Amino acid sequence: MARDITEPEVVFRTEGVTKVYDTGEVKVYALAGVDLELRESELTVLLGASGSGKSTLLNILGGLDHATSGRVWFKQLELTKMNDRALTRFRRDYVGFIFQFYNLVASLSARENVALVTDIAPDPMPAEEALEIVGLGHRMDHFPAEMSGGEQQRVAIARAIAKRPQVLLCDEPTGALDSKTGVQVLEALDRINREFGTTTAVITHAAEIRKMAHRVIRFQDGKIASTEFNETRLHPHEIDW
Amino acid sequence: MRALEKKLFRDFLRLWAQGLAIALVLACGVSIFLMSFGMFTALTDTRAAYYERNRFADVFATLRRAPKSLAPQIAAIEGVFAIETRVTGSAILDLPGKLQGAVGQFISVPVSGEPHLNVPLLRSGRYPDPQASGEVMVNEPFAQANGYVPGDVIHANLNGSLRPLTITGTALSPEFIYTIGPGDMMPDNEGFGILWMSEPALAAAFDMAGAFNDVGLQLTRGANVDQVLDALDDLLDPYGAQGAHDRAMQQSNAFIDGELKQLQSMAYVLPPVFFGITVFLVNMVIGRIVALERSEIGLLKALGYSDMEISLHYLALAGLIALVGVAAGFAVGTWLSRALAVLYAGFFNFPYLIFSVSADVYIISGALGLGTAMAGAIRSALSAARLPPAVAMSPPAPPNYKHSLFDRFLTLLRLTQPTMMILRNIARWPLRAGLTALGIALAVAVLVASSFFEDALGEMIETSFYKSNRQDAMLILTREVPESAIEEIRRLPGVLQVEGVQFHGAVLKNGHREKRVAIEGRPEMADLARIVGDKGQVVAAPKNGILLSERLAWQLDVGPGDLLEVEFLTGLRETHQIPVAGVITSYIGLAAYMEIGALDALMRRSARLGMANLSLDEAQKDEFHAEVKNLPGLAGTVMLGDTLASFEETIEQNITISTIIYMAVAVLITVGVTYNSARIQLSERARDLASLRILGFTRSEVSYILIGETALLALLAQPLGWLLGAGLATAMVAGFESDLYSIPLVLNRGTFAWSSVVVLIAAAVSALLVRRRLDNLNLIEVMKTRE
Ligand SMILES: Nc1ncnc2c1ncn2[C@@H]1O[C@H](COP(=O)(O)OP(=O)(O)OP(=O)(O)O)[C@@H](O)[C@H]1O
Ligand SMILES: [Mg+2]
Repeated sequence: MARDITEPEVVFRTEGVTKVYDTGEVKVYALAGVDLELRESELTVLLGASGSGKSTLLNILGGLDHATSGRVWFKQLELTKMNDRALTRFRRDYVGFIFQFYNLVASLSARENVALVTDIAPDPMPAEEALEIVGLGHRMDHFPAEMSGGEQQRVAIARAIAKRPQVLLCDEPTGALDSKTGVQVLEALDRINREFGTTTAVITHAAEIRKMAHRVIRFQDGKIASTEFNETRLHPHEIDW
Repeated sequence: MRALEKKLFRDFLRLWAQGLAIALVLACGVSIFLMSFGMFTALTDTRAAYYERNRFADVFATLRRAPKSLAPQIAAIEGVFAIETRVTGSAILDLPGKLQGAVGQFISVPVSGEPHLNVPLLRSGRYPDPQASGEVMVNEPFAQANGYVPGDVIHANLNGSLRPLTITGTALSPEFIYTIGPGDMMPDNEGFGILWMSEPALAAAFDMAGAFNDVGLQLTRGANVDQVLDALDDLLDPYGAQGAHDRAMQQSNAFIDGELKQLQSMAYVLPPVFFGITVFLVNMVIGRIVALERSEIGLLKALGYSDMEISLHYLALAGLIALVGVAAGFAVGTWLSRALAVLYAGFFNFPYLIFSVSADVYIISGALGLGTAMAGAIRSALSAARLPPAVAMSPPAPPNYKHSLFDRFLTLLRLTQPTMMILRNIARWPLRAGLTALGIALAVAVLVASSFFEDALGEMIETSFYKSNRQDAMLILTREVPESAIEEIRRLPGVLQVEGVQFHGAVLKNGHREKRVAIEGRPEMADLARIVGDKGQVVAAPKNGILLSERLAWQLDVGPGDLLEVEFLTGLRETHQIPVAGVITSYIGLAAYMEIGALDALMRRSARLGMANLSLDEAQKDEFHAEVKNLPGLAGTVMLGDTLASFEETIEQNITISTIIYMAVAVLITVGVTYNSARIQLSERARDLASLRILGFTRSEVSYILIGETALLALLAQPLGWLLGAGLATAMVAGFESDLYSIPLVLNRGTFAWSSVVVLIAAAVSALLVRRRLDNLNLIEVMKTRE
């Protein structure tokens, strides 16, 4: 590869990661040997057909799931050697998650949903500030049921960034949204990546979104089919899908 | 407050109705435990302290007359620490301004001043002067009931003459915590008094100079009670002793023991039922919440919350419910304890009321309540902790409805789809359905058992008063008199019928089994006090043989035709072999009957009587009372009409209170179980039901599916409830049975019907509350939410 050691530090590194689901009758190879590197401050987009293993990989990177074999490092920490308690600690301290179905706690307001994270993170920003960043400063006391899908997803982003995570892992953050609302969400992610330099990985089915990434990884049958780099990145509002 | 805590409180508030329904069931358990266990401890401690401080005797014996020179021999028995010999006797009291005489139990006070044992606790005034012959100290309840203060004068018919007695003071005694007069069924403080009088004066009145007829012993620690009793019997037998006994047979003590036993069985039986139901309900509700919040649990884990924090979150939810339940339980339990303390104050005479429930009882019952809720929640809380975050985020697999044999059977029945849905759901969650039905059945059982009690007491009154003891009055004589006295009594004003009766203390023996009882001799075909058989038939007093009450026959393990060894403690103190003539029903005491003449024959003497049963002309009652007061040789009178009235009044009050309490309890259980189970159904099937509504099913068709299951389970629960109730009633009969009294097992159809009606109404109301929620279901909301 034509990149030298002045390149940013590696944040995630995997070596031959597999994930096998043994459903009794058949073995499903969700991941069949994945080697990859994600670097500091990069925004990576993961593409691939449904069932190709994207979510599985993201969950393993985020310490939500265990690999069947292979090794995973987060900086100097080897995640594949850690037990559940240590993984919980890892998630609490370093990782921000965003999911397709916003996953807000229905009985908590926007501000309180963010506070769920700021309550336990070591060095969080105020919940209000996080909500301002995603443009929801005026909706802080609304409950999830009182917000649109896009607004809810932005609350989820605010919640993910409020702890000042080192990495932001997003599984189809725009999957449940129309493209216009999706753009607002992507803009929030893009802004955080640019302003805070947060390493970000985004899974999506909308191939156009790859245009805003530094790095694009394509998945196929549990393996990485290709990796490409964008020399120039588009702004989310320039993207249409 | 942290966000997770806010979620906790909001969830709790959102669940308030379900939580409250559970909390109230828990509150029942906590309050009953608090009351019964608290009162048990309070009563035990109070009694122990009182006995200790006032040196309540360990061994008691009464006899006809023994010289005081016997006392040192008694004191020399191994194991005896202290001895007190006394003169006791009873006499009719003539109370100023009262037509009807009262009964006085006289007890001597030694010349030296205070007694050594069974020390009365002075409440007002002073002890009677040892030198004075006309002074008495009376028990405080008697003084209060009659409004006496020191200085007042009453009269007693002592040795055939009416003597004025000045009240010098009032006192309470550990011997008379429960004070009941001879032949009475209830304490009657107005009509029965304890009178302490100086020994010389009392001995003169009862012909006991230089002698005693009552002895109490205090034993050394670790003394062998049985050996002491035997040794004492050996010493006293020649003096007409009735057989020595320990505290267990001391009347006042035995009544408190009975009460303690009831409190204890209440503490052991009822609360576990409520705690069990609470565990089930908490388990059901928290289980459902954890299922509903699957994705939120996954999210919290993804955010970095630990398994522990998540488990605690759900345990805390159960904890909040428990907190409400325990608080309500404390409030109600405290109130119940107060009410019971007031009730106790009415018939137990303690000098100090340590009837407050101690702090540890609160701590124990609170911990039990909390522990119960935790036990119910722990399974779900752990499953929440175990849920792998990645799995939690994905929707759960659809529930697994399998085609089973039961299913094929259902298909054969050609039921409508809604009915199929109901039956399939029951078959899918058989344990839950079973426990729901069991919970409702327990509510029915509680009502059956409480309503049975009323019928049982009714039956007891019917048998004891209307069938058996039909006399208007009983005259208890100080000693047995020749039969000719019957004629004298008949001449008293208003007397219509007289029947003589006699009592003989005796030990009945069959092999190693033996029992001390009083054998009652009655005329063969007595018309007033009749003996009633097990089928309600009148039974003749046997001339050749003895009739035993069921309990006594059971205790001695004898049946009709068996020979009993009867060792009389009276008269010639001979032992006879007497066949058991039959077994009869009796709810009060351990009854044993023989024909009165047959007893005289065994004693080899002419006809005598120790008590007379009378029927009276209502119109001449006043004259009768006025005459009876002056009758010499009378130890007491009992007016059965008064006894019955006070008995019925007491029962009436208690039954009303307990019916209300048990009804509330049953309703709480029913609501707790049905409301929660219907709410859970609604939550689980909201989407199904909303889809059906969208497909065009009407509201009532849809609610049929929801309510149908609950209704079906409630109906199935009824026969089970009757069965459990009958079992509970049988257990209660066994639990209440003692040598003092027993209650019959009476189960009417009405009892079952009433229990079912109450429970079904409560179930219907809870189901309708849930139906209202279903009617207000926002179809779009429900379909929109992802599950
Ligand atoms: N719990 C599981 N048990 C069995 N197989 C599973 C499980 N979870 C995922 N799989 C399988 O693993 C494979 C990869 O799944 P994954 O969720 O990673 O796919 P994906 O690329 O995220 O797909 P999509 O774009 O649809 O979200 C799929 O074939 C899936 O069926
Ligand atoms: Mg996926």
